[in-house]
Amino acid sequence: MRRIETRFAELARARRAALVTFVMAGDPDLETSLAILKALPAAGADVIELGMPFTDPMADGPAIQAAGLRALHAGTTLAKTLALAADFRAHDRTTPLVLMGYYNPIYVHGVRQFLAEAKKAGVDGVIVVDLPPEEDSELCIPAREAGLAFIRLATPTTDAARLPAVLAHTSGFLYYVSITGITGAGAPDVAKVTAAVARLKQHTDLPVAVGFGVKNAASAAAIASIADGVVVGSALVEAIRKSLDEAGRPTPGSVAAVTGLVRELAAGVHAAARGFARTGQSA
Amino acid sequence: MKPEIPNSFRTGPDERGHFGVYGGRFVAETLMPLILDLERHYEAAKRDPAFKAELDHLLTHYVGRPSPLYFAERLTDYAREKATGGRGAKIYFKREELNHTGAHKINNVLGQILLARRMGKSRIIAETGAGQHGVATATACAKFGLECIVYMGAVDVERQKPNVFRMNMLGAKVVPVLSGARTLKDAMNEALRDWVTNVENTFYCIGTVAGPHPYPAMVRDFQCIIGEETRAQMLAAEGRLPDSLIACIGGGSNAMGLFHPFLDERQIEIYGVEAAGYGLDKKHAASLAGGRPGVLHGNRTYLLMDGDGQIEEGHSISAGLDYPGIGPEHAWLKETGRVIYLSATDDEALAAFQLCAKLEGIIPALEPAHALARAVEIAAEKPRDHLMVVNLSGRGDKDLFTVADHLGGM
Repeated sequence: MRRIETRFAELARARRAALVTFVMAGDPDLETSLAILKALPAAGADVIELGMPFTDPMADGPAIQAAGLRALHAGTTLAKTLALAADFRAHDRTTPLVLMGYYNPIYVHGVRQFLAEAKKAGVDGVIVVDLPPEEDSELCIPAREAGLAFIRLATPTTDAARLPAVLAHTSGFLYYVSITGITGAGAPDVAKVTAAVARLKQHTDLPVAVGFGVKNAASAAAIASIADGVVVGSALVEAIRKSLDEAGRPTPGSVAAVTGLVRELAAGVHAAARGFARTGQSA
Repeated sequence: MKPEIPNSFRTGPDERGHFGVYGGRFVAETLMPLILDLERHYEAAKRDPAFKAELDHLLTHYVGRPSPLYFAERLTDYAREKATGGRGAKIYFKREELNHTGAHKINNVLGQILLARRMGKSRIIAETGAGQHGVATATACAKFGLECIVYMGAVDVERQKPNVFRMNMLGAKVVPVLSGARTLKDAMNEALRDWVTNVENTFYCIGTVAGPHPYPAMVRDFQCIIGEETRAQMLAAEGRLPDSLIACIGGGSNAMGLFHPFLDERQIEIYGVEAAGYGLDKKHAASLAGGRPGVLHGNRTYLLMDGDGQIEEGHSISAGLDYPGIGPEHAWLKETGRVIYLSATDDEALAAFQLCAKLEGIIPALEPAHALARAVEIAAEKPRDHLMVVNLSGRGDKDLFTVADHLGGM
């Protein structure tokens, strides 16, 4: 089953953008993390990105860095992240689940083993921040052979000359990074993002999801009106952080803190005006 | 898996930045066009005689090159007294500590800053551990009127205050890094985050032979003047090439600079010395001896990490060596067997630091004190006509307080 393609196709027919939610595996602990994952689809998440914690997340801002450290302190490993994914999949057969992180833990785990275990756990795709097209032989090609989507990031610095290489082996969807910067940084300029998405759409039939800097229902709605998906991450892990007690432990309100924000974001996405962007992907 | 022994050890990296399986370009897409742009400009500069002339002029008149090749007579005598059977090599120091700013770091920084100027970049960022690369970068930026931001782990800011003050005097902004473990690797993460954010006007001046291609090759090329001078100076002094070379290794730039011009003279023994900290079975910073291949900061190389691929902190008495990785070319030279990698503990480095000060009247930095510790031992096993060169990569003024702490105060 091609859950990512199916989900984006359904949403295209419904003429609305996908709400793509990022949470860190094992944040603040594995039990709470599983409860959050299970609650996300009902709260309005259309696609789930599950972060694989890493000590040195060089493309992430303070919020996701902190989430990763919380997860590592709680004992999260790549094996436990995969087990978490499997637990989620046992509970939810349809919501696309994408693992997102950095290459080193995967490389150390063993690429083939990781891909086989991820596939078995019901993972649909991977996003690995520090693997540009120049390193496609590392994971991108093996992932596609293993039946997992390899979702690439395109950025404002991806010029016309590079775009074909970036798109060449990308599958599932294309993740457009709306700003030059780290996760959780400044708000995207909607006019610029609109132009960028239009440019990408001329070169690919893949759905284009836009992330970095989307924090609330209003900004989610603005992006949803011009793209096929809206990615929210830092705001969600910040909601988790704020829900913790003084010792950093989850509280009874931790799950609701995330789902409450996801409901708001989903309302923003659902209310967004139909844009031109999604019409391209009925093809 | 043993890599093939190449016909030449000096042709790397390949066009994708690989030394064997090491190196590469493991960076976020945002940075990829910048790295390709840097590579294009560097390749053009390399072929431009005007670039070389400008750099050579600065190295002569601003840095004070060539640095001397000095016969360390009393240290040689000391090794010979320890030796049996009339043995004991002749020990020379390549005096990089006499460079402006007190270390080899300035060789690379001036090359990169001239490149930044050619590329029209007005804002320079750098990471620093002990502060030597930060000071060198701040110095070059002062000279050329460029904005300079130096990322330094908050832990290092505290333990290297004199260098923080020097950077401030030179007009640089030192940003204490509070993320992660708050040391050199986190400073590098933060510099990369800055670069991703300020793509238009910013040049990232990396201080060692690590990072994404082309940095490992470019920094090595700028440091190769150390080995090239050594060759000419040894020929002038002794009428022949050295028999062995030895240098300390954190990221490994002073070592690559000395080693690379000699890699294809197979008869020359080459030794790199990592920081064994409290001991290789305890906390240390010896990535080759105690690490495994992984991917961090844009390249594949040996890293200190746990079984799950999470990066671990290195420890060394020398802040300039406690990085959990090493330049990818060193990883390849280890696997091909061309360079022999050893290590020295904190205590051994401290002893060598004092020995060098007392016997030669030269206070070395704690980094090359690691190389000195092994050099004296190896020299004692070699014949008397064996010519050994130790890269004295930096001076020890910055380390006086650290050493005093360990020796129980002054």
